[in-house]
Order: sequence, then C-alpha cells, then structure tokens
Amino acid sequence: MKHQSRLGAWIAIAVGASYFLIPLIATFEFSLRMKRGEYSFEAYRVVFGDPQFQATFGYSIVMAVITIVVGVLLVVPTAYWVQLRLPKLRPLVEFITLLPLVIPAIVIVFGYLRIYNSSSLIPLTGSERATDFLLICSYVTLSLPYMYRSIDTGLRAIDVRTLTEAAEVLGAGRTTILLKVIFPNVMTAILSGAFLTFAVVIGEFTMASLLGRPAFGPYLQLVGANRAYEPSALAVIAFLITWASMGLIQVFGRNASARRPGAGKES
Amino acid sequence: MNTSPPLATAKTSVNWNWLGVLPFLIFALMFLVLPTAYLMVGAFQNEAGDFTFANIRGLFEPNVLSAYLISIQVSLASAVGGGLLGFLLAWAAIQGKLPPWIKPTLMTFSGVASNFAGVPLAFAFLATLGRVGLVTVLLKKFFGFDLYATGFTVLSFIGLTLTYLYFQIPLMVLIVSPALEGLKREWREACDCLGGTAYHYWRYVALPVLWPAILGATLLLFANAFGAIATAYALTGSSLNIVPILLYAQIRGDVLHNPNLGYALALGMIVITGLSNAGYMWLRARSDRSRT
Repeated sequence: MKHQSRLGAWIAIAVGASYFLIPLIATFEFSLRMKRGEYSFEAYRVVFGDPQFQATFGYSIVMAVITIVVGVLLVVPTAYWVQLRLPKLRPLVEFITLLPLVIPAIVIVFGYLRIYNSSSLIPLTGSERATDFLLICSYVTLSLPYMYRSIDTGLRAIDVRTLTEAAEVLGAGRTTILLKVIFPNVMTAILSGAFLTFAVVIGEFTMASLLGRPAFGPYLQLVGANRAYEPSALAVIAFLITWASMGLIQVFGRNASARRPGAGKES
Repeated sequence: MNTSPPLATAKTSVNWNWLGVLPFLIFALMFLVLPTAYLMVGAFQNEAGDFTFANIRGLFEPNVLSAYLISIQVSLASAVGGGLLGFLLAWAAIQGKLPPWIKPTLMTFSGVASNFAGVPLAFAFLATLGRVGLVTVLLKKFFGFDLYATGFTVLSFIGLTLTYLYFQIPLMVLIVSPALEGLKREWREACDCLGGTAYHYWRYVALPVLWPAILGATLLLFANAFGAIATAYALTGSSLNIVPILLYAQIRGDVLHNPNLGYALALGMIVITGLSNAGYMWLRARSDRSRT
C-alpha cells in the first residue's frame, strides 16, 4: 500500500509539472519561430527595438518604483503606530487592506472615473500629471494587501515597544525612530512587499487602460491584438520579470523566519 | 464619556493617537471606500438621482444575466478544477513521502505561477493551445489528433478555464498547504493499526479535518477568477461575454445605454466576490480553530 501511495504522489507531481512547464516551453518555442524555417531571436530583437516597448516599459517601471515608495511611506508608519498605540484598530486597518482583494480592480477604477472626472470637485483625470497621480494611488491601493501583510509580519517579529522606548530614552524623535530604528529592522519585509508590488504593477492592465495611460500592460494587449510572434517573446520577458521578483523575495527573505511564500496572495 | 477617570493623561493622548493613522484612513477613504460607495449608491438611483430598484431589475435582463451566468460558470469550473488539482499536488508534495526537494521547489514555483497572470498568460496559452500552438501542432503531428476539429478553441469557455487554471492551481497549493502540514502522521498510523484502509482514513480522519480549508480556499479561487479581466480580455477580446469584460465595455462606451445599470453591474460583482471572500474567512477561522 505504501508503494501505491507514492506512485499516486509522483503522478500528481508529474501532471502538475507538465501543466506548469508545457505552456512555458510552448511560449518560448513559439517566440523563436519568427523567421521562417529556423529558430531565431528575431522576435526579441523586434520587441527590444520597438520605441513603444521602451517607452511603455520605462513608464511602468517609474510608476512601480513611485508606487513602492508611496506604499512604504504610507504603510510602515500606519502599521507601526497600530502596533504601538492603537492595537484596537488593528482589525479595522487589516480589513481595509484586504478590501482590494475583495473589490475587483475594474470596479475601483470605475469609481475613480466617476468621482474624479474632469467636471468633479477633484478633477484628477483632467491632466496627464494628475492622472499619473491617480494611477499611482490606484497601484498603491492594489498593493495594500501585499505591503501591509508583509510589513505587519515584519513588525510583529521585532519588539517594537522596547525599540521605541530605547530610542526615546536616547532622545530620538518620532521621525528619527521611524527612519533609523523601525525601517532598518523591517527592511526584509519591506523588500518582500516591494518586489511583490513590482510584479503586480509592471504588467497591470485594467487601471492603466481605463485611465488611458501609456503603460506596459495596455501595450502588451495592443501587441497581442496585432502581432503574431512578438506576444510570445513579451510573455517570456514578463515571466522572467515575475520569476526575478519572486526569486529576489526568496533571497532577501532567507533570513526572515516569519515570512511564508506567497504571503500576499492569501487574504 | 467619563467612565475611565483613573487615566487622566491618557485622555489627551488618545486624541493624538488617532492622528497617526489619519493619512492611511484618508487615503483608504479617497481611493478605496468613496469610489466604491459612489457606485453602490448609484446602483439604486435613476439618472435624475431618485431612488429606484430598476437597475437591479436590469441585471436580470437576458444579455446581462447571461454575462453573470458565464462568469459564474468559468469561475466555478476554474475554482473547482484548480482546487482539486492544487489540493492533490499539495498533498503529494507534503504527505506523499517524496524526496525532500520536491516541496520547496513546488512552493517557489507556485509563488511565481500564481502571480503570472494578466495579459502575458493569455499569450502563453495562445502559443500553447492556439491554432498553431505547440501542443495543437504536436498532437496533430504525432497522434493525428486534430484538436480544432473537435470544435475546441482557446478563445472559448474551456480555453479560458484552462488558462485560469494556470494561476488557480498554484494559488490553491499555497493556501491549502498549511492545513495539510497540520495533518499528523500519527493519525494515519493509528488508522492503519486499527485496520483502517486508505478509504477509512480519508473518509473519517483527513477529510473531516481538511474540508473547511479546502472549501474556503475554493471560494477564494472563485472570487479570484470572478474579478479577473486582463487575461480574458487579451485572450478572447470581447467574444466571450463575461461580467468584467461587459463592465469594461460599459465604462468605455456605455454599451448598456444606461450609466446607472453600469453601477448595478459593479455592485453585483462586489456582492459575489464579497460573499465568497466572507465564506472563505469564516471557513478559515473554523479551520484554524480546529487545528489548535
């Protein structure tokens, strides 16, 4: 009987592995088919040479970096303060940070377009800069579950109260405590939230498309609708980016014992 | 208000403490709560702003209702399929007595694959199961099996479900693993010693312990698929009438010719994803309790 159960386990793993790997192999193979009759990296050459690719990819990287900075500045002080002074508020704050997993992104952006349109009190869709600001806020919202969970786990692993009191005794103010004591202590958690956010934001389609910004996600969609081989090359590139983000989380998270893989995906 | 006199100093500091989370609360209000609330209120108003149930009734018109039905079918199929396969995979890695390197490899891969969604995932499945995709071509070449002669197309219900499984299976692996880790080896041994078969073990030991975790995770998978749009839009364009794609078209060009019906459409999505998430949290609390 023992033997049988192991065979079943191997079959499950084999089926699972094929489901993961076959689409990747197929995509890679397809991306090499651009030149008739031979395998070549022509599709990649075309993609990297496309000015639209460079522009939209650059734009999305900038958006992702700003999103991470804003998200960290918003979440770390909040999570710190909740842990230190307002533990009663934790359920409310936790609930709010989980809402973006419950409310679909398309509904959130629909709401933005209604209350921040150009004839409203706060016309955030009025100019390009303002819309960029709105897009960043939408990305910070999307990344709240990942950021908060990661940073909250990090803060729980250290003794926030003792660290704060020690810093206060030494004459440090609130800002100094946050920047010089709390941030360095939860750096691993911040980085893990940051890479997850990067992976989510870099190819995001719904928000960018409906807010009409020239981001990487809408570009991908456009290429997919009009080209044959470039989409496969782009899918391979996107997969490598996701892989790199998750890999970096593993590398930085190796020292953090409290973190679980894919922490952000659970709600 | 004067119920706690002993801490006179605490009273002033309580007011200050609230300020610490104020930026966060304002942000959440402006970019999460108010936009959603606006749509929810709008769903119960006509264009003049008067209260009405007409938009909710409008959700039951054939074209809108069919979008909900297809969305629910795709989400259900991918949640049940992903739940089942993900569970088997996690069980094999954790309880299957396989070499120790299998589990961390599976977890890492699941972390990546569960985040590999959106437009690129659609491209990957077009390259795999599309008309000239690798699997389609190989099936024809080596087995003489013409996939597309069976009426299959990757742009269909089945195609979309198979594509969603790519992130649903690994998500299930990640969510259900903690519960599987909680299954004690002694329980199996005890069952074996008492003369129980594998059937008895699953029927009377493992499944009664695991079902809240399995069902809860499946509900989360359902909500996850229901709100997704990018993959479906890139894969099928607007040929498959699911709710997020209908809402996308409505936002872009008022295809329903009634802005308030659009709000009701959004409300319906929130209700469905909200209910399945609530079910997940309730079952998860149950499953966490039974493990401690």
